[in-house]
Amino acid sequence: MYLDWTIYLSFIGAAIVMVLPRDARRLIRWVSITTGVAGLWIALFGFVQYNGMVDDLISTTGSGFVKVVDVPWIPLLGSRYHLAVDGINLPLLVLNGIVCVTGILFSWNVEVRTKEFFAFFLTLIAGVYGVFMSMDLFLLFVFYELAIIPKYFIIAIWGSTRKEYGAMKLVLYSFIGSAAVFVGLLALYFAGGGKTFDMLELAKHPVAHQLQIWIFPLLFVGFAVLAGMWPFHTWAPTGHVAAPTAASMLLAGVVMKLGSYACLRGAMLLCPSGFQYWQMEVAWIAVIGIVYGAAVALAQKDFKFIIGYSSVSHMGFVILGLATLNLKGMSGAVLQMFSHGIVASLLFAVVGRMVYDRTHTRQLDELGGLQKALPFAFWSFVVGGSASIGLPGFSGFVAEVNVLVGAFAVSPWLAVAAASSIAVTAAYILNALHKVFFAEEEHAKKAHAHAGHAADHGHGAGDEGEPRWRLPWISVPEVIAAMILMALLVVIGLFPSIMLDMITANVDLFLKGLAR
Amino acid sequence: MNEIPYLDLYYALRPFLMIVAGAFGCLAIDMASLRHFNGPITRNKTVGMLTVVALLAACVPVCWQIGDEPESLLGHTLVVNNLSLIFILVILAFTIITAVISMNSNIGGHAGEYYCVLLFAAVGMMVLVSSEELLTIFVALELTSICLYILTAAQKGVLRSQEAALKYFMFGAIASAFLLFGLSYVYGLAGTTDIRAIAGALGTGKASPLLAVALLFVLVGFGFKIAVVPFHLWAPDAYEGAPTPVIAYISTASKVASFFVLVKILVLSFVNLKGTAFLCHPASGWSLVLAVTGTASMIFGNVVAIVQRNTKRLLAYSSIAHAGYILIGLVAANETGLTAVLFYVIVYGLTNLGAFGVVAVLAEKAGGDDLEHMNGMARRAPFLSFLMLIFLLSLAGIPPLGGFFGKFYLFAAAVQRDSQNFGLLWLVVLGIVMSAVSLYYYLIFLKHMYVESATDNTPITTAPHLNAVLAAAAFGVVLFGLMPQNILELLKGLVGQL
Repeated sequence: MYLDWTIYLSFIGAAIVMVLPRDARRLIRWVSITTGVAGLWIALFGFVQYNGMVDDLISTTGSGFVKVVDVPWIPLLGSRYHLAVDGINLPLLVLNGIVCVTGILFSWNVEVRTKEFFAFFLTLIAGVYGVFMSMDLFLLFVFYELAIIPKYFIIAIWGSTRKEYGAMKLVLYSFIGSAAVFVGLLALYFAGGGKTFDMLELAKHPVAHQLQIWIFPLLFVGFAVLAGMWPFHTWAPTGHVAAPTAASMLLAGVVMKLGSYACLRGAMLLCPSGFQYWQMEVAWIAVIGIVYGAAVALAQKDFKFIIGYSSVSHMGFVILGLATLNLKGMSGAVLQMFSHGIVASLLFAVVGRMVYDRTHTRQLDELGGLQKALPFAFWSFVVGGSASIGLPGFSGFVAEVNVLVGAFAVSPWLAVAAASSIAVTAAYILNALHKVFFAEEEHAKKAHAHAGHAADHGHGAGDEGEPRWRLPWISVPEVIAAMILMALLVVIGLFPSIMLDMITANVDLFLKGLAR
Repeated sequence: MNEIPYLDLYYALRPFLMIVAGAFGCLAIDMASLRHFNGPITRNKTVGMLTVVALLAACVPVCWQIGDEPESLLGHTLVVNNLSLIFILVILAFTIITAVISMNSNIGGHAGEYYCVLLFAAVGMMVLVSSEELLTIFVALELTSICLYILTAAQKGVLRSQEAALKYFMFGAIASAFLLFGLSYVYGLAGTTDIRAIAGALGTGKASPLLAVALLFVLVGFGFKIAVVPFHLWAPDAYEGAPTPVIAYISTASKVASFFVLVKILVLSFVNLKGTAFLCHPASGWSLVLAVTGTASMIFGNVVAIVQRNTKRLLAYSSIAHAGYILIGLVAANETGLTAVLFYVIVYGLTNLGAFGVVAVLAEKAGGDDLEHMNGMARRAPFLSFLMLIFLLSLAGIPPLGGFFGKFYLFAAAVQRDSQNFGLLWLVVLGIVMSAVSLYYYLIFLKHMYVESATDNTPITTAPHLNAVLAAAAFGVVLFGLMPQNILELLKGLVGQL
């Protein structure tokens, strides 16, 4: 498998973009999209290939891993450049490829400092590919931190609404999270004899239970900061809102998954008994995040903050699924990572690119009536919102049902509390849908009243014959990108087995490995 | 007394002699012709070029000697082994970079004297790293220090430069007095000035109060050199006032040499006074003292750097903080720790040199060295800004750059030191938390360069040879991070022989 080329290609793409002349914007965009598509193609190819061989692989070798590359990197430390894929990280690689391609398409209109934008963007993408494939704890950490810095510049330069604050908050939260991970990693390394950083090797000989009890929280919480786990989620809404569209997509769609994925691969795999010790605490914190995120989303007045808090809520499902420590729940969690990645990308694209870039406002009270002005945005939001609520037929349904079934097996109360959030989710999605895309009369009334106060013969927006919005049409790149995302939501929703089968097979192995 | 081996001495001293010759050459050529016929810029460039040639020439015999049998001449006055040769090379490389930066900066009107003194400072440091005898070490340290005082005052007409030099000199002189006083006690107790013989002569028994005082004085003297809290007070003012290339030199080459000697003296001579800094059961000794000063430096340097508005002051506080990180490795004082210290000072030196180089050039063109002057530099000087991005992120400890790996190795050493009870974990936690704090101000620096827009958008052009040298430094920083294996293995092997 040539999956390591996803990383190299993205770096090469970033380097090429960096040396291109500043004004060659078309060329820069095309180089970026080519890089993105090539990366996605490799990831997809690997995915399909793996899908065909997963059963044979597991029955013959007893392990779901396919080695991509494994060479010594720093022998003195026992750190290897070890990349491998299995059914857990392949869907996430595909997700990263998809978000990369659609993110570039939704950024087609970036005219300010285009070159630097795409260079930072592709660097971030490369780092994310690296994290997902790393099987060496040190290597994983390196890629993980590498992915932090580009986010700062992307948000601080191209963002909106308190962008410098949002960017700095995000970076410092991630960095402090990774500082906790760093301590845990060193402790784990030396407690394990200081010979290897290879996660599969380390997992074979877990350290003493007494150590795991305090190393596990360091690793898990450190990583979960990036997954938006309550109460360390506060970077997420501000960061998402401040970020430009492509970065919001990437942040909510992929970067938050870095955190949850690393929780699974780093914390849970290496400290199994520590995890069992803390299991219920983690599960309840996840449930608090789910309910809290949904409730706060309901109270928001800013369209983008709604989606931002909904991400916190949905990522709570991922953590809850991991915390169940059973097959159903964890498989659901992995699928939820993929599903939410697509949902969040689509919704942020609707909010940030389709609506905000045209109307220059995100306040629910100021929007309204967009259903006529931007029918495509409306339909995109309907599909994304349905998947977010978890309507059957969309990928979100399959994932969340699995998580809830898994949670029920651990404790019915967990499942009940988490499930209650679905009603709240429906409420805030429908509320946003109503206020942004319909609610014409209310706005007309308000505008009328306002105009009436100002001058007796006012004819405010919303008067007959004059549309409230005159907006540019949805452009071709946006349509293509949105179609890709919507198609995926439906395809995975209707045929979850494409992805769920290989996830389940590998989660099964993972759990057996822990039990051993 | 044995017969003095003049021929061996000559061979061992070739690099030193070349640089001394270069120094006098600089003076001579400046006195004889340049000063009468040429403007200051041509003078600076010509003499600077001669300096670089002399330094490059000195590298050749050093490279030849690497791999030869280690030898020590005149007792341990001059020790030629791979470790000292590598550090001589590092110092030569840093001096070359400094010289190239100086050629493109305003260094006052006395090019001949400036480069002459710069070369003498380099000789001082080279002797410093290749001597294992206390008196020679002290003399070399003084040679270096006095040269650096003069360089700090190089801009004769600028009041700030004079103030910086005076402050630096006053503190330096007092620190030297402490050091010499301490060394005299050591001699009185041990009866020898040979570093390797001292440990044996002092014995393993309980330390006498006199010895404790001697150790403390030595630490005070070196604490000044490496600018750790509470001996850091000179640093911010000196950094702000001195010509930027000089400060680049003081904060890198001088620090490399000082740390090297400090490691050598502590590990070889005072090995029995080590003590421990474990959280639960500390024992008095130099590692406890260093743990305390290191902690104070990390906290103070990083926290105070946050509020700085001037690039050079910011880098000054950051360098105080970095000295604190390095002390963690020295507190651990195991093989990994000492390797980490040496690795880190080299990487840190290279990074800081590059950062100061960029600041030197940009500040001159932007008309000031406050953070505001760096606004919009990503548009005006994209290449140098990109290099600065690498340097600052390396200082912040972001992978895959050298600074990250250096820090990782330092912290790893501290965890390894007592891997059963994690006795030094508190230092590591503190260091990591402070790294997170430092990321804030490095990002603020980068924000000015990348995010803010400038009032004046004229592109800045810089000399290609300067760009090349700074790019080479950045490349080195990246390489140290991506492939640290070779250099680590080398240093580890050499530390093992120490």
